[in-house]
Amino acid sequence: MLKDITIGQFFPGNSLIHRLDSRFKIIMDIAYVVMLFTASNYLGLVAVGLFMILLYIMSGVGLRLVLKSLRPIMPLIAITCILNLFFIRGSGEPLLNIGGVIMIYPEGITTSIFMAVRIMFLIIGMSLLTYTTSPIELTDAIERLLSPLKKLHFPVHELAMMMTIALRFIPTLIEETDKIMSAQKARGANLDTGGLMKKAKALIPVMIPLFVSAFKRANELALAMECRCYRGGEGRTRMKQLHSGLKDYIALAVMALFFAELILLNIYIPYLGIPYMVP
Amino acid sequence: MSVIELKNVTYKYSAGTPFEAVAVNNVSLTVEKGEFCGIIGHTGSGKSTLIQHLNGLVKPTLGEVYIDGENIWSKDVDIREVRFKAGLVFQYSEHQLFEETVYKDISYGPKNMGLSEEEIDTRVRAAAESMGISEELLERSPFDLSGGQKRRVALAGIIAMKPEILILDEPAAGLDPIGRESVLSRISEYHKKYGTTILLVSHSMEDIVRFAEKVLVMNKGEVFCHSPTDEVFARQDEIIKIGLDVPQITRVIMKLRQKGIDLGSDIYTVERAKERILEYMAKGRIC
Ligand SMILES: Nc1ncnc2c1ncn2[C@@H]1O[C@H](COP(=O)(O)OP(=O)(O)OP(=O)(O)O)[C@@H](O)[C@H]1O
Ligand SMILES: [Mg+2]
Repeated sequence: MLKDITIGQFFPGNSLIHRLDSRFKIIMDIAYVVMLFTASNYLGLVAVGLFMILLYIMSGVGLRLVLKSLRPIMPLIAITCILNLFFIRGSGEPLLNIGGVIMIYPEGITTSIFMAVRIMFLIIGMSLLTYTTSPIELTDAIERLLSPLKKLHFPVHELAMMMTIALRFIPTLIEETDKIMSAQKARGANLDTGGLMKKAKALIPVMIPLFVSAFKRANELALAMECRCYRGGEGRTRMKQLHSGLKDYIALAVMALFFAELILLNIYIPYLGIPYMVP
Repeated sequence: MSVIELKNVTYKYSAGTPFEAVAVNNVSLTVEKGEFCGIIGHTGSGKSTLIQHLNGLVKPTLGEVYIDGENIWSKDVDIREVRFKAGLVFQYSEHQLFEETVYKDISYGPKNMGLSEEEIDTRVRAAAESMGISEELLERSPFDLSGGQKRRVALAGIIAMKPEILILDEPAAGLDPIGRESVLSRISEYHKKYGTTILLVSHSMEDIVRFAEKVLVMNKGEVFCHSPTDEVFARQDEIIKIGLDVPQITRVIMKLRQKGIDLGSDIYTVERAKERILEYMAKGRIC
């Protein structure tokens, strides 16, 4: 069912990771991605991996969810692997040579493993942010982090409000889609089989009621917001204030230490005999 | 012969995540052909989930579902055939309308069955008629109708498929008294005319006792009881204990009994209460 998509979903909890200030979490998430792409040898990658596993253990998010978050990107990983495997030309003898067309070098194998692991770590690490931070906290943090842009007349508040509303309504829309699909299936709709054109046509009975209700909902929400005197970001106060404390600075310091260690690893063990490629 | 048979059906939403919720818990059940069964239970007791098992919209986490003696999840059964056999009308079914005209919308189901044009036409007109939708309404857009009219169009959309089993999830919810009455009595007439097996989910005890022969009471995902209406209300106290209501008139009669006027414990319609009171008075025991 559509419901089983977990990317971007929030799983409530009360771990240290859950309680960190969401602004710090976003900054650390960005740092994590940079870190991942700085790691130019296996040792660095292993270090990042260990760091990530440590964070997951601290957060109490289960292994099943981690595997679930990976499922949708499996095709992407497979394509990356195949491309690297066949198109990287090494310096030595190829391991496999079929008529000079398909040639596989040891470098190709190591690189494709490296790339696959890196993409997996990327998704797993980024998922930790959404698993442990509620959408509201997330958009609040984005609004605060982007607030300097207000000076340039960039509509930061409006952007954040749009994100909040969109995030709020994604589950509702998914639920509604599920319901309408069930209702049409009960009338014998065939949504799963047939060619592309046939499938697209079969979706009309789902899309029309969905759009009708989405527009109705948007209208009602706008009205409800106006009734409560919503008039944009100027002078608006917040119910939930973001607080940063000692734990957030400590977390940031730990992250910085890790980063430094990683850079040292890169300098002292430049290659580990493994070629470094940007996809 | 029983048309519906459930064997130890359990259903869990979001199985294997922190949100796992058991909606239906180890339910075994048989429904006889031609039965008019009312389903009642407090909010979240799993009624909607249970009935979606009957036409294969949800697959039980554990257990088996038999329709006409056939396991609907065995490999050689086409699930769409099951859906034509067991027509399900959803809660707030008016949200499923999508066609340009009422006529086209009602014909969506029969078209999916692959019937001939003439057959579709007769079925659509018959279904519209049995739900009290006038000829003139058939050419209007379904989005321009009132809530009650939309609901009846949605019902007609299922009835046009002539299902052997008609399952209705709160068909009268959110309608005014006249709309309720019109929808429910049309369903009842349809049942009498064609002898279709009917499962009717409702929150209103009054509606259930008026139309149903048997009542299925759900409590926290389990079947509390499934028996003829009389027997169910003989257990008034237990029913009140699990958070359900008995019909108002039954309450009145209960209070009377506590005051020493015993009219019998099988009264749940105003008509029967009237008869009994008149009998009681005829015997000269009042005043
Ligand atoms: N899509 C869903 N995802 C997760 N849990 C659900 C979902 N739908 C229902 N549930 C849960 O399953 C249980 C049974 O729900 P169901 O809709 O079957 O109840 P119901 O008896 O039809 O209630 P109502 O009278 O309010 O319609 C509830 O506890 C509900 O929270
Ligand atoms: Mg329900």
